[in-house]
Amino acid sequence: MLKKYGGVPFIVWTIVFTVLPILIITYYSITLKDGSFSIDNFKMFFDPRILNIVKRSLSVAVLTTIFCLLFGYPLAFFMNRVKPTTERFLVVLLVLPMWMNFLLRTYAWQAILGKNGVINAVLSFFHLPTQNLMFTQTAVIIVMVYNFLPFMVLPIYTVIKKIDKGIVEAAEDLGANQAKVFTKVIFPLSLPGVVSGISMTFLPAVSSFVVPDLIGGGKSNMIGNLIEKQFLLLSNWHLGAALSMVLVLMILISVYFTNQYSDDEGGQLW
Amino acid sequence: MVKKLPKNLYIFLIFLFLYLPIIFLIVFSFNEGKYSGNWTGFSFHWYKELFEDRMIMSALANTLSIAILASIISTIIGLFGAYSIFRMKSRPKQMLLTINNIPLLNPDIVTGVSLMALFVFLHMRLGFLTMLIAHISFCIPYVVLSILPKLRQMPKDIVDAALDLGATPMQAFFKVVLPEVMPGVITGALIAFTLSIDDFVISFFTTGNGVNNLSIAIFSMARRGISPKINALSTLMFIIVMGLLLIINLRREKEK
Repeated sequence: MLKKYGGVPFIVWTIVFTVLPILIITYYSITLKDGSFSIDNFKMFFDPRILNIVKRSLSVAVLTTIFCLLFGYPLAFFMNRVKPTTERFLVVLLVLPMWMNFLLRTYAWQAILGKNGVINAVLSFFHLPTQNLMFTQTAVIIVMVYNFLPFMVLPIYTVIKKIDKGIVEAAEDLGANQAKVFTKVIFPLSLPGVVSGISMTFLPAVSSFVVPDLIGGGKSNMIGNLIEKQFLLLSNWHLGAALSMVLVLMILISVYFTNQYSDDEGGQLW
Repeated sequence: MVKKLPKNLYIFLIFLFLYLPIIFLIVFSFNEGKYSGNWTGFSFHWYKELFEDRMIMSALANTLSIAILASIISTIIGLFGAYSIFRMKSRPKQMLLTINNIPLLNPDIVTGVSLMALFVFLHMRLGFLTMLIAHISFCIPYVVLSILPKLRQMPKDIVDAALDLGATPMQAFFKVVLPEVMPGVITGALIAFTLSIDDFVISFFTTGNGVNNLSIAIFSMARRGISPKINALSTLMFIIVMGLLLIINLRREKEK
């Protein structure tokens, strides 16, 4: 009995609460309010206002990813070059913030960048003019880099750690200097980690709606905010559904590229 | 020695960047005044206010009861699900695994709005129940993925051996399979619990009727500006998550 029916709740649950919602969203995205089929929702994409938001989402996500890579790669590299006890401690330190509530991590920056926040308190202590840092795109990117940096560092760190020490020694024995060893051996071998780090940063960044809302103050909206508004405020579910489909499409494309590059060994979070 | 300095300085600066905001948050939760940036004296004032805030306390109750229910239910469904996936032939197995991975790949916001659309389609009133269902749904895949490897590690013949020796399939499952995969079950339940406690986006779209969880409460307070009550709350949540993480990691170490 167990063999036959044990999996039934799982299968039913998955179909009703995973597959069915996707079908409903797909249905919404290709229909209009009067129920007729149409691709107008997708055409709305070329509406300048929406196109602008899509462009902004992409550029914020790309910039976030680039900064995470620039700051994260050296960290991942150096973490492989410290004493083993220090290394283990640093890994734990890196993972800890990832488990802290995302909203709290974002809120913390509100308290730092805000008008009565820490930065302005320091500035006025030195009698310098206070800055308006909140509600700017720069602030959004800073907070996103803060939130997603560990997601970039961890896979790169894991891949570098797995590089065969013998290969590095061979390169050194054959006369390569430190820079050569890095550019010709370590960096190429760490690419799968870089790719999975990029996708683990880019994906949550491009679909984020909390940071642009709380830190951007609605002034630098991204696709996520647009979807939220369609579903909760403007009640144009059809457009919201189409936007969701596009978001999913973007994610499928980047997952496809990630899979091309990294095998199963590519450092994964779980 | 000189060569080491830039490396260590770099590591130090990056970790400073990662921890400074959290340290500020915790330090200023003990501040008497309202503004973080202006230290006016040590006090537990905001903690007292936190526990007297009705909205936050009911959000806390919701968060905990949903996390407990969602982790128990998703673990049960996921356990039997993993077991039947494990015993399937390779094609339906591959298909189910792919479907199982959908919620992992989908952006939270898409999972959120699609579940919301489903609940509206089913004429369910958004509230506690819908939020619970949503949480169970996004927890199940993680439970399945933490139990499957344990099933694969299980010696192949022990179920057959149990059956040959006269155990019913039920007995074989509960007396042989379950003890074998127990570490995976507990890890899965803990992951589910942590994910549920931490979730904001999916909850935000699948709740209604003034039913909040902590993340939603934080969001709506943060939207209105800074409140040191959130700092106090963060400090407490930080300590709790830390504890859970410690337990999960200790378990993993032990398994190794």
